[in-house]
Amino acid sequence: MEMPAPNPAILARKADLVEKLQSIMPRDAVIHEPAETRAYECDGLTAYKCPPLAVVLPASTQEVSDALRICHEMGVPVVPRGSGTSLAGGALPTEDSVILGVARLNDVLETDYDNRFIRVQTGRTNLSVTGAVEEDGFFYAPDPSSQLACAIAGNIAMNSGGAHCLKYGVTTNNLMGVTMVLMDGTVTEIGGAFLDAEGLDILGLLCGSEGQLGVVTEATLRILHKPEGARPVLMGFNSSEVAGQCVSDIIKAGVLPVAIEFMDRPCIRATEDFAGAGYPDCEALLIVEVEGSDAEIDEQLETIMEIARGHDPVELRQSESEEESKRIWLGRKSAFGAMGQINDYMCLDGTIPVSQLPYVLRRTEELSKDFGLDVANVFHAGDGNMHPLILFDANKPGDLETCEALGAEILKLCVEVGGCLTGEHGVGIEKRDLMLHQYDPADLEIQMAVKDVFDPKWLLNPAKVFPLASSDARRIAAE
Amino acid sequence: MKTLAPASEAELAEIVAKTSEPLRVIGGGTRPIGVPVNAQPLTTSGLSGVELYEPGALTLVVKAGTPVAEVERTLAAEGQRLAFEPMDHRGLLATTGEPTIGGVFAANVSGPRRIQCGAARDFLLGVRFVDGQGQVIRNGGRVMKNVTGYDIVKLMAGSYGTLGVLTELSLKVLPKSHATGTVLIEGLADAQAVRALSRALASPYEVTGAAHLQRGADGTPVTMVRIEGFENSVAYRAGELKKILSAFGEVKIETDPERTSAEWRSVRDVEVFHGRDGDIWRLSVKPSDAPVIVSRLNGAEAVYDWGGGLVWLLVPQSSNATEIRAAVAKTGGHATLIRGNRAAGVFQPLAPAVAALHDGLRARFDPRGILNPGLMGRAA
Repeated sequence: MEMPAPNPAILARKADLVEKLQSIMPRDAVIHEPAETRAYECDGLTAYKCPPLAVVLPASTQEVSDALRICHEMGVPVVPRGSGTSLAGGALPTEDSVILGVARLNDVLETDYDNRFIRVQTGRTNLSVTGAVEEDGFFYAPDPSSQLACAIAGNIAMNSGGAHCLKYGVTTNNLMGVTMVLMDGTVTEIGGAFLDAEGLDILGLLCGSEGQLGVVTEATLRILHKPEGARPVLMGFNSSEVAGQCVSDIIKAGVLPVAIEFMDRPCIRATEDFAGAGYPDCEALLIVEVEGSDAEIDEQLETIMEIARGHDPVELRQSESEEESKRIWLGRKSAFGAMGQINDYMCLDGTIPVSQLPYVLRRTEELSKDFGLDVANVFHAGDGNMHPLILFDANKPGDLETCEALGAEILKLCVEVGGCLTGEHGVGIEKRDLMLHQYDPADLEIQMAVKDVFDPKWLLNPAKVFPLASSDARRIAAE
Repeated sequence: MKTLAPASEAELAEIVAKTSEPLRVIGGGTRPIGVPVNAQPLTTSGLSGVELYEPGALTLVVKAGTPVAEVERTLAAEGQRLAFEPMDHRGLLATTGEPTIGGVFAANVSGPRRIQCGAARDFLLGVRFVDGQGQVIRNGGRVMKNVTGYDIVKLMAGSYGTLGVLTELSLKVLPKSHATGTVLIEGLADAQAVRALSRALASPYEVTGAAHLQRGADGTPVTMVRIEGFENSVAYRAGELKKILSAFGEVKIETDPERTSAEWRSVRDVEVFHGRDGDIWRLSVKPSDAPVIVSRLNGAEAVYDWGGGLVWLLVPQSSNATEIRAAVAKTGGHATLIRGNRAAGVFQPLAPAVAALHDGLRARFDPRGILNPGLMGRAA
């Protein structure tokens, strides 16, 4: 994956830059020794690494503003970083860039149950937002698999989803307001503890803008009361296609589960060894979860299980206890980690219309055979958000390249059937060069024009999202 | 002035590319919201029809000028609906004509269920539009989750035709619920009512409507909480809510389909204010602030929706806009003048840094400033 060559003029001014940054925040908040900056050389896409010029860890909106102003004045690119769990290289630095990490911004600023919101600094982890309100019966709905580690700032930048977003929506549907610092240091407030922020939907634009428009330091998030109860049911099938058909039938029937998750045999085996959730050994597994009181759950599951029975399942089992439900979800949420223990893999994230599930699964299998690399599937079936894991050997020359080529074919397939390249992980550097398979040049041009408005010098995370050839002119003009 | 009514996206794009005059973009013309625009009218009503409907994938792709009524009929035939419950503005604004689906999204119009399932913008998956230079632009798609590039889809929702003319929309739709129940309490003062609504909304019972009318059908105040779902489940949750809310007064439960439907249509369309003289404002505020704001404004009548977070205000004609905006600004939120002398400004003024972002976006999407110029406040 190509990244722009570092600007030698910036590298030459490192000492000056570090001194200026140290003048506006504590010395330990500015990291510049090569041995220490290496900790920030990559994110969850570990195939690509590059230590940054320096790292700043501001502890207030003011420090974020000051740091950005200094970098802006000196023309230094800034790569914002939440917890660095991006799977798309969203937080991958260049040699001439400053990483701005929000890890020290982790306070809860306000909790309001009457008005059902929480205001937090954005370095706070996703799970700890729920942690701050769960004793009182509330939760923050978006639940990416990385929720133990990932920061709200990164969730906003990537518009993160999760297993339960089928019912509760993704980040953009749960964000009410932000404090955002622009690249030139300007601090803005948008929205707040009320619905539908004023004016044009800048909040909507920010979600999924991959840290290219501004740095969000505080967020007002919608919180909800936890449901009375929830219960998953496991369904095993002899073929992925049948499982895909079952998903479509459940949705058509008018029951709306909170989650419908899919795993195929390789994933089932790996996670079973890892979490011991009692998954059946079969071609395709669905985890379908519904919520409500016991009686409500019974009523919904009755409909869902009736549909499943029509598809000749090899296993159909409701969770019998809270303990069992936890294990079932632990298995699903640790699927990536479990696969990682037995193999190197690349995780894709294309989304397709649910009606195309059987076709796309069949076609993926054919492509997997053509390229000679195994593909395991674990994904959010209810909303068509696929996560094919391509297994490869990082130590075998050429395997990564074959893997990337196969990945590109699978993503093109997703676009072909009416879907998109990425449902929740983001474009980052990983899918940057595939953007023209989904969009025409004019469609990308208007997106880049949006960045022109927020960051005219193209300094914020500049080498992401858009094909380098498309954004070249803008990045070079800014230098 | 004769209204331009292109019959295709290509024709529309050509009109926009070639015009040297500003355009007033309309769908069905039933929602005259924003500063009045004196320009050549252009309607999208010629772009009509369903392009794709997949009930099993919960998606509908439809041309922007399609009547809302037609969309609702199409969905109803498969037991589905527009879950965000778009308001019909005709009664409140005394307009006639056929509301279009494009207009719903251009104005980001949602109804009582917004409190639970999200606003119109949350159901918009993809758009095609013609920008201010006559280029056709695509963004988003027809899948539920999509972070491929910037979310221009959300930006287009609620931009009132100032960034582009919507030509095609992909929507997420949801199944209709089998049963509806309304839990009612009469006689509450505003502050008590909002507290009761907050209690209901902070419960696990999935409230899909939470409103308070200062004057219900027979003139007494009525506080209403809606639950929807399977019949047994509705009965169960109505019972649980009744227990929670009895501390506030005598609780009644209404489950008759026609009556519950009429009650919530009345909230959605603010029927209490139909045919009444005076200016109408729409406030979005923190729910617990709402009664305080209303009490500060002399002669104001209010309808509260979204648990108090949405306030419809009826005030004497030409009431002091500055006073209303200041009351909102003090606690946070925004006020929009829906009916009244709109020439003096309609939307909440923005902080300078945010206004600069708006101006910048308009200048990029519509460099010649020909699409609904000035409608949202400042001409590009």
